[in-house]
Amino acid sequence: MSSALVNLILQATLDTLYMVAISGVISTLVGLPLGVLLYATRPRQILAQPVLNQVLSIITNVGRSIPFIILMVAIIPFTRMLVGTSIGINAASVPLTIAAIPFVARLIEGALNEVSPGLVESAQSMGATPWQIICKVLVPEARGGIITGLTITLVTLVSYSAMAGAVGGGGLGDLGIRYGYNRFNPTIMLITVVILVVMVQVFQSVGDYLVRKSDRK
Amino acid sequence: MIELSNVSKTYGSGESAVHALKDVNLRVPKGTIHGVIGLSGAGKSTLIRCVNLLERPTQGSVTVDGQEMTRLSGSALNQARHRIGMIFQHFNLLTTRNVYDNVALPLELMGEKRSVIKERVLPLLEMVGLADKAQQYPAQLSGGQKQRVAIARALASKPNVLLCDEATSALDPQTTGSILELLRDINQQLGITILLITHEMEVVKSICYRVSLISNGALVEDAEVGDFFTAPVTQLGREFLNDFLQLTPPKELLERLEAAPGPATHPVVRLTFSGDAVSTPLISRLARDCNVDVSILQAKVESIQDRTLGLMIAELLGSEAQTREAMDYLQSHQLQVEVLGHVQRTS
Repeated sequence: MSSALVNLILQATLDTLYMVAISGVISTLVGLPLGVLLYATRPRQILAQPVLNQVLSIITNVGRSIPFIILMVAIIPFTRMLVGTSIGINAASVPLTIAAIPFVARLIEGALNEVSPGLVESAQSMGATPWQIICKVLVPEARGGIITGLTITLVTLVSYSAMAGAVGGGGLGDLGIRYGYNRFNPTIMLITVVILVVMVQVFQSVGDYLVRKSDRK
Repeated sequence: MIELSNVSKTYGSGESAVHALKDVNLRVPKGTIHGVIGLSGAGKSTLIRCVNLLERPTQGSVTVDGQEMTRLSGSALNQARHRIGMIFQHFNLLTTRNVYDNVALPLELMGEKRSVIKERVLPLLEMVGLADKAQQYPAQLSGGQKQRVAIARALASKPNVLLCDEATSALDPQTTGSILELLRDINQQLGITILLITHEMEVVKSICYRVSLISNGALVEDAEVGDFFTAPVTQLGREFLNDFLQLTPPKELLERLEAAPGPATHPVVRLTFSGDAVSTPLISRLARDCNVDVSILQAKVESIQDRTLGLMIAELLGSEAQTREAMDYLQSHQLQVEVLGHVQRTS
């Protein structure tokens, strides 16, 4: 294999990691509070706001129901406004982030749902404010589920980022399509797939390890 | 210390409305232990949650420590809750915090400094006998130990009132005993007023001063524990007592029991005697003075706080006039006589 090709693979791997990292971090920063809101504003919850809850829930569902490949194309004007271009890894990170936010939010909501309502009740009996209940009870108690959710998100982002190759997004998926598929180079195809598999394995293992470490049950 | 006036709680409205509490009046004086006993679904949980407003009453007022809780909301309510500790059936400890940090939680919520928290938490762990478990996590503790941590946590903010929501229902009898002992110590040494709800007569018998019986959301009986155990007023109260004493007639007898007296039947009676009557040899007098023989089917003596309670199920053997006289005689000696039914003479 030529060194040019090795460089190409290396660059594609870094591009994928870059896209996953950017969209992973931003979607967590937005999705975590959104997930908490989705949970806390439910009827009879600590910040019960049924109307707001419905609105958030609908927005989240809409976000989650649009196929990624369509979302990517549909928000090109927005992407261009944000990063100045619609191709490349920065541009691909925008739809990845947008798609991941509702995904993260629902997973966080699900993790919070696993916290025993008795814990919230006992915190209330101690005179905890809703904010204190979120920070000192709900999120810490749900941290195992939250880490699991974020791991799932990262793994999903790896496979979504491969799709970004379809719109000239760069990364391993792009490489696999252009060199492996279009130029019938099975070696390149195999290498990109192997790298993706390893990447997913590593994310999953690290996630599992963190969950185990945080579990006190 | 705790006062509920005309408290009602209704869930839903119109046809489907559920009346969880109906016009409840309850006064728990400072420094006492008051029990509320009832079957599941009777409204016990709602009642105790109305005290610290985890449930807001639909009507009526709740006053704790001179402060009308039902007028409070937001941060004023949270402040008031710092003065009311609460423990739960399932302990509700945070699984991700160790014992020390669990007990520290209410103090953290109040914004106390680390040094203050330390000064407060360690003696509490000492008091509940878990000083050596400070670094362990709840999952490593037994049920009794978890409830001890929960008690220490509930006392961390120096409350005047402790609410116990079925605090021993998930524990075995021995552990229940030690937790009740701890609660009594807390009541006596710290002067904390305790309101507890339970479905176990044992709990009421062991530590309560007074007891209220709740049924379908209403308090139907309110009495000193000694009175309640010797002379419950309501049918439900009697059922609780009989269950507790396990004094129900044997199955074989129940099958033969007829509601109405016949030409050749004996009455079967349940006798409850307390106070002086326990030590009086009434049965032998019955035989001598009324000419009635007594066949004892079941008997039991219990001591409840400073009182002694005797219970007996017996068949009175004699003519109708004789047995009636015997029952009058027993009643005149402060015994409660309840005719369970009549059985055919076997001889």
